[in-house]
Amino acid sequence: MRKILGISALLLVVCVVTALASDSFLSGYNLENLIRRTALFGIISIGVAFVIVTGGIDLSVGSVVCLVGCGVPWLLTTHGWSVPAALAAAVVVSLGIGLFHGLLVTRLRLPPFVVTLCGLLLYRGVARGFTRDQTVGFGSDYKALRVLSTGEIPIPFVSGFSLPAPWIFLLVVAGLAALFLNRTVYGRHLLALGSNEQAARYSGINTGAMTVLAYVISSALAGLGGLLFVLDVNSAQPVDFGNFYELYAIAAAVLGGCSLRGGEGTIVGVIVGAALMQVLRNMITLVTTHNNVEFAIIGAVILAGVIADELVRRYALKRRAQREAAR
Amino acid sequence: MNGPLLQAAGLIKSFPGVRALKGVNLSVRRGEVVAVIGENGAGKSTLMKILAGVQKPDGGTLKLDGNPVEFDSVQAAQDLGIALIHQELNLADNLDVAANLFLGRERVRYGLIDTRRHHQEARVHLAAVGLDLEPTVGVGSLSLGQRQLVEIAKALSVNAQVLIFDEPTSSLSSSEAARLFRVIQDLRSRGVGVVYISHRLGEVKELADRVVVLRDGENAGELARTEIHHGAMVRMMVGRDLSQFYVHEPHPPGPVVLELDGLRTAAHPRHPLSFQVRAGEIVGVAGLVGAGRTEMLEALFGVTPAAAGVMRVGGCEVRPGSPQEAIQAGLALVPEDRKRQGVILQMAVRENLSLAALRRDSPRGFLNRLGEDGLAKHMIESLRIKTPSAQQPVQFLSGGNQQKVVLGKWLALKPKVLLMDEPTRGIDVGAKHEIYRLMEELAKQGVAILFVSSELEEILGLSDRVLVLHEGRITGELPRSGLSEEAVLHLATDTQSSVHFIS
Repeated sequence: MRKILGISALLLVVCVVTALASDSFLSGYNLENLIRRTALFGIISIGVAFVIVTGGIDLSVGSVVCLVGCGVPWLLTTHGWSVPAALAAAVVVSLGIGLFHGLLVTRLRLPPFVVTLCGLLLYRGVARGFTRDQTVGFGSDYKALRVLSTGEIPIPFVSGFSLPAPWIFLLVVAGLAALFLNRTVYGRHLLALGSNEQAARYSGINTGAMTVLAYVISSALAGLGGLLFVLDVNSAQPVDFGNFYELYAIAAAVLGGCSLRGGEGTIVGVIVGAALMQVLRNMITLVTTHNNVEFAIIGAVILAGVIADELVRRYALKRRAQREAAR
Repeated sequence: MNGPLLQAAGLIKSFPGVRALKGVNLSVRRGEVVAVIGENGAGKSTLMKILAGVQKPDGGTLKLDGNPVEFDSVQAAQDLGIALIHQELNLADNLDVAANLFLGRERVRYGLIDTRRHHQEARVHLAAVGLDLEPTVGVGSLSLGQRQLVEIAKALSVNAQVLIFDEPTSSLSSSEAARLFRVIQDLRSRGVGVVYISHRLGEVKELADRVVVLRDGENAGELARTEIHHGAMVRMMVGRDLSQFYVHEPHPPGPVVLELDGLRTAAHPRHPLSFQVRAGEIVGVAGLVGAGRTEMLEALFGVTPAAAGVMRVGGCEVRPGSPQEAIQAGLALVPEDRKRQGVILQMAVRENLSLAALRRDSPRGFLNRLGEDGLAKHMIESLRIKTPSAQQPVQFLSGGNQQKVVLGKWLALKPKVLLMDEPTRGIDVGAKHEIYRLMEELAKQGVAILFVSSELEEILGLSDRVLVLHEGRITGELPRSGLSEEAVLHLATDTQSSVHFIS
């Protein structure tokens, strides 16, 4: 709770600063775009958060975004697949990738970092291969499909602003994820194994299956994100589509209170973290004249956040120890 | 040879929930072997850690050769000539013997490591501990006994005057142990002061010039060379009337609940295990460290599934391939390493208590918060778990209360068979008593209890029957009427290899 308040305050501060520095921040167009991007990144960040909660990491998210984001238009336009068939292929591939990662991590006991780092290289390479590195896109077709991402839902009694369609997906995903994590046995099991895998196994928890599930959720949401991203922007270049998205997602999860040591994290926090990442990027584009400092600023902000969190944690522990000693 | 070489006075050390040392004194002279003995939790390990600089005392003084000293790191203690030979050995497996000997103080020539000089000097140090090894042998290929000797050689090479041994023989074969004893006797004749912790009284009797007994974090007494007898040591260690401390009253056992028929563990597949445990019976499993006791419990509980053989619970054949399956068959395990296997430290008492029963108590997978609260409240009350609230993270509880949380987690499932591995390790005397009381109560309710313990007093005091293991084999079964410390030790050391146990 403390973490969510802290990160929300930080988000507010960054918003205010940006609004003061740039007139266009509060314009309807900019806000709508910002909110749409937040939803898209929120979805993939929630996926990564599940893996982080188990104490693992998923570096392949950006490449899965690329694989699905390039694969779906490629199947539709180059190969003339029907929409349901292309979407089914996207679902099968995303779930398959997650299953593959999860089994390598639990059965072969390979380090998650290595497994998903290879995935990062592999899936982007595959996407660049089958598209021959050519830009793929929908052109002016598939308007009905693209509404999933570009559509707007008017909000009653509010004019000049409407909710971007990806928010429907985000709200559904976030609702289910929060329900799963906080209200079901399986969510509890996931948190338990993230804190102490051995004790969880000794308590009769099927730690292997739960870990695999986390990787499947991560890849599935990366796939969904990839689809929504490409529907939003209409075309994708395999060489850089989804580049670094895994890092945005991991950063959002960590800023949102997920411990990389595992066993800790909330869905609301992750969404706020994703929003903060997007506002930061937006601020850099609007306020500075050159975008090339983007990563430096984002890196610095995340580092500052993590340092502050660690200091607060230590302070709380110390206070606690003093209280115990005084008793 | 006049004044003490190392003298500790009034050492005090507290941990959250436990006062480990309440003013302990210890001194060692040159050329003297002082054995420190005491029950688990008496404060031996804490004392050693303070002497070796691993931990800093909260109070008390340390003097070396009469001069007050203070150090707060292993390195600082070593610089003063005090070295600890670890229970967990501290060598780098990937490096060779010479590189390990000079780790952190490499001899340098022209800015590069002088390997030739390393090898020359290493040969001298290795010879000093009677190790006939090439300095270029990789440490990873050495036996545990050889590694220990390499550590001793390393300590001597930095001119250690005081060597501290913490349960050095716990993982050694008998011939390796015999060699270690020769080295220690040689160290004594060279004027090194030796502090030797062991729970193996036979070794202590053979080696020690003086015995210091700790009990509940205090000095319980000392025995001079001529007074070192088995009975005297045990009396001083326990320091109370055992019949009062252990309240065991055998009751008529029920039907057979757990039955092993030729079960072979993955660790000792050559020795099939066969025995039965009845409802309401408490069966103790004795044996030295490495006898395969933990491995046996872990095979029963499906942590490391058994290689072959038959196991029956309540007459039904089961073959647990995971803890999950063992739990379904009605088994529960209170594991050896509480903090890593028993509890989830960051989670609340309530979440820990409900962890095993959660799936059963949650219809369609959704958490039943009310039920969880009720379970936690019930367990906290009935097991008398001392915690400010059910939401308290388990890491802030004392060891005894953490162990009660582990027990409560299983009691929620009402197991038929309760397996316990060192159930009172590292918890204070009061909490021990409560754990014993709970075991008695459970047995009365018809639970079959199989427990492993390294504390002989505990085995003798609680068991209806004792199984003794030696190197993976059941060397004997003793009924309550035939129980004695000598009988158990005799079987645990398996006579042929009991050269050092002249008990």
